[in-house]
Amino acid sequence: MTQPNGRKRGGGGGGGDRPMVPKADFQSYYGRPIVRPPVWTHDIAIYLFTGGLAAGSAILAAGGQATGDVVLRRAGRAATMGALGASAFFLIKDLGRPERFINMLRVIKPTSAMSIGTWILSGFGGVAGVAAAAEFAPLLPSYGALGLVRRVLPPVGAVAGYGAAALAPGLATYTAVLFSDTAVPSWNAVYPDLPFVFAGSALASGAAVGLIAGPNRPSVRLAAIGAALELAAGHRCETAYGLVSEPYTTGRAGKYLRAARWLNTAGAIGAVVGRRSRVVSALAGTALLAGSLMTRFGVFQAGVESAKDPKYTVIPQREHLDSRKVNVPTPAAPPTPSTPVVPPTPAP
Amino acid sequence: MGRDSLYGPIDPATDAGYTDPPPRVGFFTDTSVCIGCKACEVACKTWNAVPDDGFDLLGHSYDNTGGLSADSWRHVAFIEQPSSHGHGAFDGLPVGPPVDALAAASTAGNAAASTAGGTAASTAQFLGMPMTDLPGRVNEAPRTDFRWLMMSNVCKHCTHAGCLDVCPTGALFRTEFGTVVVQDDICNGCGYCISGCPYGVIDRRADDGRAWKCTLCYDRIGDGLEPACAKACPTESIQFGELDELRERAAKRVETLQEQGVTSARLYGNDPSDGVGGDGAFFLLLDEPEVYGLPPDPHVPTRDLVKMWKRAGLAALTMAATAVVAFAGRRK
Repeated sequence: MTQPNGRKRGGGGGGGDRPMVPKADFQSYYGRPIVRPPVWTHDIAIYLFTGGLAAGSAILAAGGQATGDVVLRRAGRAATMGALGASAFFLIKDLGRPERFINMLRVIKPTSAMSIGTWILSGFGGVAGVAAAAEFAPLLPSYGALGLVRRVLPPVGAVAGYGAAALAPGLATYTAVLFSDTAVPSWNAVYPDLPFVFAGSALASGAAVGLIAGPNRPSVRLAAIGAALELAAGHRCETAYGLVSEPYTTGRAGKYLRAARWLNTAGAIGAVVGRRSRVVSALAGTALLAGSLMTRFGVFQAGVESAKDPKYTVIPQREHLDSRKVNVPTPAAPPTPSTPVVPPTPAP
Repeated sequence: MGRDSLYGPIDPATDAGYTDPPPRVGFFTDTSVCIGCKACEVACKTWNAVPDDGFDLLGHSYDNTGGLSADSWRHVAFIEQPSSHGHGAFDGLPVGPPVDALAAASTAGNAAASTAGGTAASTAQFLGMPMTDLPGRVNEAPRTDFRWLMMSNVCKHCTHAGCLDVCPTGALFRTEFGTVVVQDDICNGCGYCISGCPYGVIDRRADDGRAWKCTLCYDRIGDGLEPACAKACPTESIQFGELDELRERAAKRVETLQEQGVTSARLYGNDPSDGVGGDGAFFLLLDEPEVYGLPPDPHVPTRDLVKMWKRAGLAALTMAATAVVAFAGRRK
């Protein structure tokens, strides 16, 4: 382990056993992690999915509202409520002290994406709940106080539905800020692209609800654009960030994300090609839901892996440090003669 | 919140809203005089009633604590390394051949048994215990090229604390002394602070669910006492005091060591213009930070928070635009 040049290979961290990755020369303390791997479990990956699904479904429901499509509106509102319930369950379950969940609501803290997200989720839950309740208005008696509720609820529900749709993009993307605003190398570095992965994933899963409810043009469009957005931004995360992109392509995270790519591609193509078939549309919707879930698991897992191996913390920081040292001008150096910049001669 | 609340040199107590706070306090941990006795670990556990962190034999030299955790708020790191690249003070003295500490230790038992002429030679086994003598020492070269580095690690009480920034409940707070403390009656164990720390310090206790870390003995310093670890340190490797004064003292100490030829001496976490705005607990190290398990160039994740929200906003707008496009031109 101890080599003559005084460098210790970061052995035990798990980075050394992948043959396709070039051996990185860096020092560490017995290969132990530097940043602590997240204590969150896969519950959080599932929450990312259900939160995105709730957001996508609320957008679908509002679209149905605006275009007078009762099927889309109902399917969207129902899926929103189901996904919301699951979100709350998984979020609270993952707390170390679930009975203290309410402490999330004792402050509004702009520097904490989790605080902002909790408030977005709470507001979203309120309006989405009212919108869903409005679906039950026709079941109320048409006289007395309940009759008044029966008359008032549909317009209130419509406003609430649009309110939910207005909050939905925030609900779908705040989780990207939550992940990026950590010291986890592969989450922190990809902050420019991660919100687009989550936005695309949420749109695709909302579209999936519409596709499962029955073939319709808006869902096909949402599916195609959402899946494309997710694939493009995901590709950036996997390739554009050097060493910290690596965890997105290797190990378990790589498997999840490859599965997500196939499922999303198949889902989007299926939605377009099978837009006249109820069965193909439903299958495409199922593939998109599965793809969205795989994307969330993959992103979650990649971050965990990047925190476990100290090389993802040490090497980028060391490079940054060394590049700054190089850039410090040395006073002893003679002033460089200004040479005219010659533009490259265009080929004849 | 001021202009530099997310990044840059500030006084954290004033920024947190204290009017006329006491001077900021912290630790200066001078690893050049650390003897690895772990009195700090013990004193911390005793004073703060920190529970058992497990009886593990890690095989990492004399370190069986492993690192900072919910149940270890001080951690003494032990590094065994060849010092062939020269460390000044003993330059020019003859040294023995380079040795691999573990390999040397594994044969030590056999060598001792055979010099005793014993029949036990064949049965002697390496038990993974560190030796009492320096590996590779021979008569002609009383010094070997081998050295130990020891460092007592602790929460850095950053000027821009990632854990504090991301805490959604307000359980983590900035004290009037500029330190960062968890209120255990408020923490709901969300775990965000654990990923927010660029040093991997704060941790969730498994059986309790809440986040725990060094408080810089908030209960002691309020009464004018020094923290338990600094009180217990027999070599004054851990020094507690006003941060400004500690920074001056550290600058002098590193200068002295450099003059004495210890060219590898450097300060870590002392610079208010670094990625976390300077550490409240900073260090004098004798090798690169990563050798001690410290990040070489950490930054508070919240540094880029505004840019992150802008990208998220753009993504959110893209979602809204997609919805409009998807439903455009369709009305029953």
